[in-house]
Amino acid sequence: MSQLIRMDHTGHTVLAEWTMGDQASVDGAVARFREQLDQGYFAVVSRGEGHAEQVRELPLEAETVILRRPIAGG
Amino acid sequence: MPNQGGLPELAGVWWRRRVSDRSLTRAGRLWTLSALAQTIPLVAAALVLAALRPLTIPVGLILLAHAWAIPELYAARGARVLKPPSRGRRSPPEAERLALGLLGDLLDHRPRELQRRTGLVLERGRLGVWLLGEAGALLVRPGGRRVHCYCVRVPDPELPAADRIAHLLLALREDEVGFATVANLAFAGAPWRVRRRVPAPVREALAVALAEARRRPVQAG
Repeated sequence: MSQLIRMDHTGHTVLAEWTMGDQASVDGAVARFREQLDQGYFAVVSRGEGHAEQVRELPLEAETVILRRPIAGG
Repeated sequence: MPNQGGLPELAGVWWRRRVSDRSLTRAGRLWTLSALAQTIPLVAAALVLAALRPLTIPVGLILLAHAWAIPELYAARGARVLKPPSRGRRSPPEAERLALGLLGDLLDHRPRELQRRTGLVLERGRLGVWLLGEAGALLVRPGGRRVHCYCVRVPDPELPAADRIAHLLLALREDEVGFATVANLAFAGAPWRVRRRVPAPVREALAVALAEARRRPVQAG
């Protein structure tokens, strides 16, 4: 079961869960994913030790996709 | 200028050149030169005044105080980047706990333990060893002779502390060079100038980062 997680004021929120064989869950996750990107979130997937990749399409094979807000110089 | 790959936040600082190992070394030297340029004239003036007219020694002492205070103020600014920001209210304990769990999932055992003790996340990169706090980051350069202190944060005051660090960690892992470019450099200098101005937990994290930076060469590429 893969998860789409958003870091927010609650700590984090699981927005969607999907499995590759369940098309309805995939469609739901893709819809939530696009909705969050439209709201200004960036989606990130861990790629091994010390590496992460920003993704613009939901990677269905990923175990966890994390949504983060933009950072800025203080 | 369009963002040509890397961290998407770079589009917001399009006028900045992407940092590199060389530009960081140059920036560090410029900080040292700048500190010398501001202190040497004051010290020289104090000495000349004292030599020419001993009556002016009190004025010379004031000049020496300025020569001491100016670099200290810069170092204090650098040390502040790892201080948690003052916020009107803290997140609920449950939110902090959830955020801490997510951050812990992103870390290996040793950095996780260090984070639990000190509140800071240690991450090894190509440019050096990073310490990430809620509203800033400190980069220990390879060899451990110089640190660069950056103001960088996620501008959302509602986020729990651990989530704020997780945001910085993920951005750093996406694009280290982009992260250092987006962040604002607050100070660069010798580690001891920062170490004596931070609380004990931060000193512990800094000691671990310094040891890490001295022990192993930074990975290429």
